[in-house]
Amino acid sequence: MNLKKHENNRVLSLTILVIGIFVLFLSVVISIRFGAANLTYHDVIKAIFEYDQENSAHVIVRELRLPRAIAAICVGAALAISGAIMQGMTRNPLASPSIMGVTSGASFTIAIALALVPGISYLGMMTFSFIGAGFGAILVFGISSFSKGGITPVKLALAGSAITSLLSSLSTAIGLKFDIAKDISFWFSGGVSSVQPQHVYFALPFILIGLILAILLSRSISILSLGEDVAKGLGQNIGLVKFMGTIVVLLLTGAAVSIAGMIGFVGLVIPHITRFLVGTDYRWIIPYSAVLGGILLIVADIIGRMVNAPFETPVGAITAIIGVPFFLYLARKEGRGL
Amino acid sequence: MKKDKRFKPLLITIIILTLLMIVVSINAGQIKIPFSTVFETLIGNGTPQNELTIFQFRLPRILLAILVGIGISISGAILQGLSQNPLADPGILGINSGAGFTVVLYMFFFQGTTFFTGWLATFIMPLTALLGAFLAAFLIYSLSWKKGQVTPVRLLLVGIGINAAFGAGLIIFQMKMEPIDFTKAIIWLSGTIWGTNWTFVWALLPWLLILLPIALYKSKELDVLSLSAPIAIGVGVPIEKERRWLLVLSVALAGACVSVGGGITFLGLIAPHIARRLVGARHARLLPLTAALGGLLLLSADTLGRVIMAPMELPVGIVVSILGAPYFIYLLMRNV
Repeated sequence: MNLKKHENNRVLSLTILVIGIFVLFLSVVISIRFGAANLTYHDVIKAIFEYDQENSAHVIVRELRLPRAIAAICVGAALAISGAIMQGMTRNPLASPSIMGVTSGASFTIAIALALVPGISYLGMMTFSFIGAGFGAILVFGISSFSKGGITPVKLALAGSAITSLLSSLSTAIGLKFDIAKDISFWFSGGVSSVQPQHVYFALPFILIGLILAILLSRSISILSLGEDVAKGLGQNIGLVKFMGTIVVLLLTGAAVSIAGMIGFVGLVIPHITRFLVGTDYRWIIPYSAVLGGILLIVADIIGRMVNAPFETPVGAITAIIGVPFFLYLARKEGRGL
Repeated sequence: MKKDKRFKPLLITIIILTLLMIVVSINAGQIKIPFSTVFETLIGNGTPQNELTIFQFRLPRILLAILVGIGISISGAILQGLSQNPLADPGILGINSGAGFTVVLYMFFFQGTTFFTGWLATFIMPLTALLGAFLAAFLIYSLSWKKGQVTPVRLLLVGIGINAAFGAGLIIFQMKMEPIDFTKAIIWLSGTIWGTNWTFVWALLPWLLILLPIALYKSKELDVLSLSAPIAIGVGVPIEKERRWLLVLSVALAGACVSVGGGITFLGLIAPHIARRLVGARHARLLPLTAALGGLLLLSADTLGRVIMAPMELPVGIVVSILGAPYFIYLLMRNV
C-alpha cells in the first residue's frame, strides 16, 4: 500500500515536471514573440530553422529575443538551484545566494574588474565573478560562524544584508572614482535586457556543468538535509559533500551574476515552493527548482517589458516584489521550520 | 559613578572637536580657502567671492550635516532603547527607504510644477518623507506583531524585507522619470546633503527644535523600557503605549532628516553605541552625547566624502556605510 502511494507520488511528480517544462517552453515562445516590435509565430519559427540575415525580424529573434530568453532561463535555473543546495546543506530556510552575500560579492569583484581592467574580456569578467561569489560567501559564513552563539538563520540573514550594503557602497565609490558608475549600476539593478548573445552562449556550459553536478549531488544533499548527525550515521563523507555543494553554488551563482547582475529572491522563493510541491527529496527538488526558477525569471522578464512599455523595468525589481511577501512570511516565523 | 563624571568633559570635548571640524570643512573642497582667509571672511573682511562660497555654500551644508547627524543618531538611540535591540537603526529597519520612496513619488508626480520648484517645496518635502517613514514604520511594526508581542529579531528581519520592497518600488518609478530627475533621485537615495542653501536649514530646524526636547523629556521612560518587560510593568509604565509614542518620535526624527539628508544608514547605529560605551546606558546622559557624536560623525563623513576623491564627490551615505557596516558586523558577532 505504502509502496503504491510512493509510486503514485512519483507519477504525480513526473507529471508536474513535464507540465512545468511545457509551461517553460510556452513562456519562451511568448517571450520571443512579444516586445517592442511584434513578430508573428511564423517569423519566430523561420528565424530559428531557416535563418535569413537580410530579414530584420529574423535578426531580432536570433540576436535579441532568443539570447534574452535563454539568459533568463539559465539565470533563473542557476539561482534557484543554488538556493536549493544552500538551504539543503545549511538547513536554513533563509539561505539563498542573494541573502548570503554571494551575488553581491560577485557584483563587487565585477566592479573592481571594470575599474582596473577597462575593456576586460567576458572570460575575465566571469572569472572575477566566480572569485567574488566565493569571497562574499566566505565573508558571510565566516562572520556568522565566528560570532557568539554560532550560525543561526537570523544571523546569516543579518550578516548577509550588512555585507551586501558594505560591498554595494564600495562598488558605488569605485564607480564614481573610475567614472564607470553607469556600468556598475547595471550589475546592481540586475536584468537580462541588454544581454549579449556571445556572453550567454559562453556561460551556458558552466551552468550546464553546475546543473549536472547538482543532480549528481542531490542524493547526498537529501541525506545531509536530515541533519549532520544522521548523515554521519549513514556513513556519508560530510566534508566532501559540503565542499562539492559549495563549488556548485559558486559556479552557478558566479555564472548567473556574470550574465545578469544581481537578481534577488529567486533562490529564496523557488526552493520553498518546490519543497511544498514535491517534499524533501532533493533528487526531485533540484530539477524542479531549475524548471520553476527558469519560469519565474522569464515571466518576470516578460512582465518587466509589458508593465511600463516602452521602458524596461529591471527584472530584479519584479522578482523582489514577488519575493518580499514570501520573505516576510518566513521572517515572521523567525527563520524556523525547514 | 565614574561614568557620571565623564559626561561633561566628554560632551565639551566633542563640541570642541565639532567646531574644529567645521573649520576644516569650510576650508576643504573644490575651492580651497586658506584658514586665515576663512577667519577674515567670518569676521566680515572677506572678498565677495569668498563670502559667497562660505556663507551660501559651505556653511549651510555644514549646518545641515550636523543637524541631520543629530536627528538620525537620536532616532537610532530611541529605536534601540524602545526595542531593546542593539542592532536597530532607521536605515537598517527600512524607515529611510519608506521615506525615500514617497519622496521619489513626489518628485515623479510634481516634477516641473511650482510645487516642485517653489520655496514651498522645501517645506512639503519633509512632510512627504515623514508620510513615507510612518507608512514604513507602520508596516514593519504591524508585520512583526505576532501573538501580542514584537521580538527584536522579527523586527529586524521584517525591516530587511520592507527595505527590499521599497527598493524595488523605487527602481520601478525611477525608470519612468526624466533622466535629470532620475540622477537627482539616485544621488539623493545614496544619502547626500544635497540642499546646500539656507532654506533647507530652516525647513529642518523646527522639527529638531520640537522633537529633541521631547526625546530628552522621555529619557526616563526609555531607561525603564530598556529593562525587561516585567520590571517596566512593575514600575508602572504602560509598555506598549510608551513604545508606540517613542516609535512615533523616532520615526518623525528619521523622516525629517531623510528628506534633506537622503538614505543614510548605520549612523543611527554607531553613534548611540559609542555614546553608550562612553557614558553608560542612562538616557539622560546618553541622548545628549549621542546627538553631539552624531553631528560630529556626519560632518566628518561629509567632509571626507568631499575631499577623498576630489574633484568627484562621494555621497556622505556611502562614506557612512563603508565605515558603519563593519561596525554593525562587529556588533552582530558579539551579540548572541
